[in-house]
Amino acid sequence: MSAGSVPSGYEVSDPGFPTKEENYLTNSKGILSWMFTLDHKRIGMMYLVGVSVAFLVAGLLALGIRLHLLAPDGWLFNQSIFQWLAPEKAPNDIYNQVFTLHGAIMVFLFIIPSVPAALGNFLVPVMLGAKDVAFPRLNLSSFYLWVAGAVFFVMALLASGLDTGWTFYTPYSTTTDSSVILATTGAFILGFSSIFTGLNFIVTINTMRPPGMTWFRMPLFLWATYATSIIQVLATPVLGITLLLLIAERTMHIGIFDPEYNGDPVTFQHFFWFYSHPAVYIMILPAFGIISELISVHSHKRIFGYRFIAYSSIAIALLGFLVWGHHMFTAGMSQMTTIIFSALTFTVSVPSAIKVFNWLATMWKGSISLTTPMMYAISFIFLFTIGGLTGLHLGTLATDQHLHDTYFVVAHFHYVMVGGTLVAFLGGVFHWWPKMVGVMYSELGGRISAVLVFLGFNLTFLPQFVLGSRGMPRRYATYDPEFQSLHAMSTYGALLLGVGLFFALGVLIHSLLRGKRAPANPWGGATLEWNCTSPPPFYNFDRAPVVGDPYEFGDIVWDSVQERYVKIEPKREVVPETPAEQPAHAGGKDE
Amino acid sequence: MATTDAGHTSDVHVHEGHDSHDHDHPSYLAHHFDTPEQQFDSGKLGMWLFLVTEILFFSGMFCAYAIFRAWRPEVFEGCSQFLNTKLGAINTGVLLFSSFTMAWAVRCAQLEEHKKLASLLATTLCCAMVFLGVKAIEYSHKWHLGLLPAGLFTYDPANPHPEGGPNYLAYICAPFAVATIGVVIWLVVAFIRDAKFQVAVAKPLVFVCLSFFGGVGLGMILESGETPEHHGSDHVAAVHGDAEHGEHSGAEHGDAEHGDAEHGDAEHGDAEHSDTEDSEAEHGEGQQGDATDPEAADVAEVESTDPQPVVLQDPGSMMRDESDDLVVLERLASDATNTGLQDELSARRAQSQLSEGAITYDRTDDSSATIASTDDNVLRPSRAGVFFSIYYCMTGVHAIHILAGVGVLIWLLVRAIRQDFNRNYFGPVDYVGLYWHLVDLIWIYLFPLMYLIR
Repeated sequence: MSAGSVPSGYEVSDPGFPTKEENYLTNSKGILSWMFTLDHKRIGMMYLVGVSVAFLVAGLLALGIRLHLLAPDGWLFNQSIFQWLAPEKAPNDIYNQVFTLHGAIMVFLFIIPSVPAALGNFLVPVMLGAKDVAFPRLNLSSFYLWVAGAVFFVMALLASGLDTGWTFYTPYSTTTDSSVILATTGAFILGFSSIFTGLNFIVTINTMRPPGMTWFRMPLFLWATYATSIIQVLATPVLGITLLLLIAERTMHIGIFDPEYNGDPVTFQHFFWFYSHPAVYIMILPAFGIISELISVHSHKRIFGYRFIAYSSIAIALLGFLVWGHHMFTAGMSQMTTIIFSALTFTVSVPSAIKVFNWLATMWKGSISLTTPMMYAISFIFLFTIGGLTGLHLGTLATDQHLHDTYFVVAHFHYVMVGGTLVAFLGGVFHWWPKMVGVMYSELGGRISAVLVFLGFNLTFLPQFVLGSRGMPRRYATYDPEFQSLHAMSTYGALLLGVGLFFALGVLIHSLLRGKRAPANPWGGATLEWNCTSPPPFYNFDRAPVVGDPYEFGDIVWDSVQERYVKIEPKREVVPETPAEQPAHAGGKDE
Repeated sequence: MATTDAGHTSDVHVHEGHDSHDHDHPSYLAHHFDTPEQQFDSGKLGMWLFLVTEILFFSGMFCAYAIFRAWRPEVFEGCSQFLNTKLGAINTGVLLFSSFTMAWAVRCAQLEEHKKLASLLATTLCCAMVFLGVKAIEYSHKWHLGLLPAGLFTYDPANPHPEGGPNYLAYICAPFAVATIGVVIWLVVAFIRDAKFQVAVAKPLVFVCLSFFGGVGLGMILESGETPEHHGSDHVAAVHGDAEHGEHSGAEHGDAEHGDAEHGDAEHGDAEHSDTEDSEAEHGEGQQGDATDPEAADVAEVESTDPQPVVLQDPGSMMRDESDDLVVLERLASDATNTGLQDELSARRAQSQLSEGAITYDRTDDSSATIASTDDNVLRPSRAGVFFSIYYCMTGVHAIHILAGVGVLIWLLVRAIRQDFNRNYFGPVDYVGLYWHLVDLIWIYLFPLMYLIR
């Protein structure tokens, strides 16, 4: 495919570069033009900045956790500086608050909005060939709801911290004197932000598809986003009411969750996980979508089993609603219930495995370019497979008795959330970075960051599987000395992971300052976003795009002179201009 | 192929196969939609999805209701008697009627009947305010009695009428009174300045605000009219009620503009008193003492605003022999499915034998023992409170939805008076209508679950 030149008898179609007036980043100026923008691309970029800040904060908290666990009696929060900073708090209290805020910020402020709200906002309308999402004002308001939720979390952090764990389990959350109400209010607001994003995407995908964009011509990222949106719309309201009832429980003692007033704490767990298990799929499904795009584009090969991947996303979304009970196998459910939940949990692994096998089959005999996004995508397949398979240990009733609430669980979900979602998010950011900001980053730097992240991540979390299976319980500030070497390995891994992530950030920032101008199609992708300029014009498409097969790479060739991929089309006699000056799809046929 | 200049971004609208749509884009069509149909469909799908999230939002509370009802049916049976079926029923009727006017309003928007549309929207708004007014009576009454969520529950059958306490009804009415005064001032100012549009908007809003107080008055009448068997004492009620009115409540309920305040017999402190007397009677405690206390008996007989005297207790039961109650109960409990009543019946029998105060709702299964009897016959907060917790959560969240509905309906009303809607663009009316029907529908479920099922 990388022929290097255009075959005779064909003409090149390339949109070229956007003018300053077209470019969505520069077509209007000033801070207000960003704050009140209704452009989905700008909202996506604001989300990208926002979730990155949240990730930075929560990531530093994670480093705090790991540094504290360097020694059996704790290290970091025992240092005198913390006694000076927070004299009324014992080191273990600080540890509890740090791991709680790490979890809560990561889940509610980073992972859930990361791919759908940041990348999804930017990509969904462009990939679809639409001018914008269906409800641009709702889209902007969902961003500001995210900001409001973040403010509440910051207030909780500053007021008196939060030490319930991100799950807010009753009865502890109704009795602790930390700022549960501020944090739950924040999570409640963030829930609505998430609902509005999901609602917007469902409507956009249903009603805004241009002529020719049938359901099965949609890129798989859109299928994954659609499935994610279904979960966001169906699950998040239940979290909303649960948190509202928790707030009422704390303020009025309504006696629904609080055993002191004859409430039932396990009811809270059911309510909470009815949202929060599907929320796990809110986190991972869009990552599947990214990986489907990345693997196909960078292998320059048609995705294998398109319909299977599409349907498996929907299947995961629906099955995900039926398995919440597996978080409570040890909380006192009836045996029959646990068996049913266990069996349903195993069924979720089927569509996930379908995806993994399809990605591998796509790479098989593909012409793989080992670009930065592709390296992240391959890391994803490794790490997600480990994370998924260890999930089966936890879904099995007998082994879960031993592994429940140990570091095994911690390692398992970090393999899925960090090894899965975060790595896919980074891969997606590197993949679409040229499209979003219009510059190329240093390919070498990007690859180094991918390797560092992969190594650091594994060094952090592989030892935790061992720790957990040896009985190290999660959320403890101290531990037996026998665990120290494994904990120390994990801490050094976390530092390495941190270095890798900062390196990735540095690569992206460097590209903004020194990066080469990006062509419209740097990777050879066939989906619609590569048909508009980099960055896209304000309305994405000057003309309604010609929708083709999103995974047909046959007519995309490498133009080695200008270092870009271009789409070639059979020459038509009626076109008098030279191809290079021709705007996008000028020669396209009428529908 | 459409031909447009690429540099011109703001109003470019291109559709394949059609030339130069740029001038066809009507003002109500957002730039990113191709056709009004697409815009309408998007909005409608979005609204339906939003309604799905609303249903799921409420589903958590319906779920809690089901769980706790299954665990402690007798708590629900006992406590639901504190709710006034008449008030619930009238609110159901009001909401149903408002759904009707809303649906009609959608039709008017489609037919471009602007005047009718505005008046129907205003009617819907009035119904919403009447609903809230009735709700204010229900809530303030229960708050005064101490029928509150578990942690705040202070209701004491031995002393059901706590003295003093804040005037909750006045607190609830205050913001509405402020809004009413504000709208009236707005109307006057707009009238003086001859701002026709503002007058057109403010005029219906005055009626809307007043309907809240209409609802309050309606609630008072219905609460006080709960004594069908005691016509003989009606004039006493009037006399007594007037006196009471003069004593306590004239100032508080001074919003006489709606013309309902003259039904002063519904003064709520009084109502509470009598209500709780009834509850007391219901629970069969201290009957002798009450019966011999002429004042208490008088109040109870006269006012009898007990919300739920229908099944178990009778407003005048304290005047009767206790055996009457047992007869009624036995008849009701003869239905084998009525286990709650059977339990209560056996409890009452035990008590009448002991000739001791309170009813016990004790069941053999200790885990679900309930409103019970151990400490001084108090409805134990930890048991009884959960019913009111769920009651306040569900009706409260529903009332918040009504308030939100009032907000969007006012927005619609303004747009309707501005004549924004036409046969191609009536989406907002349609979407708000859908929302309003859902709010109505949720109430249709709440009413039997809370008020009727015993």
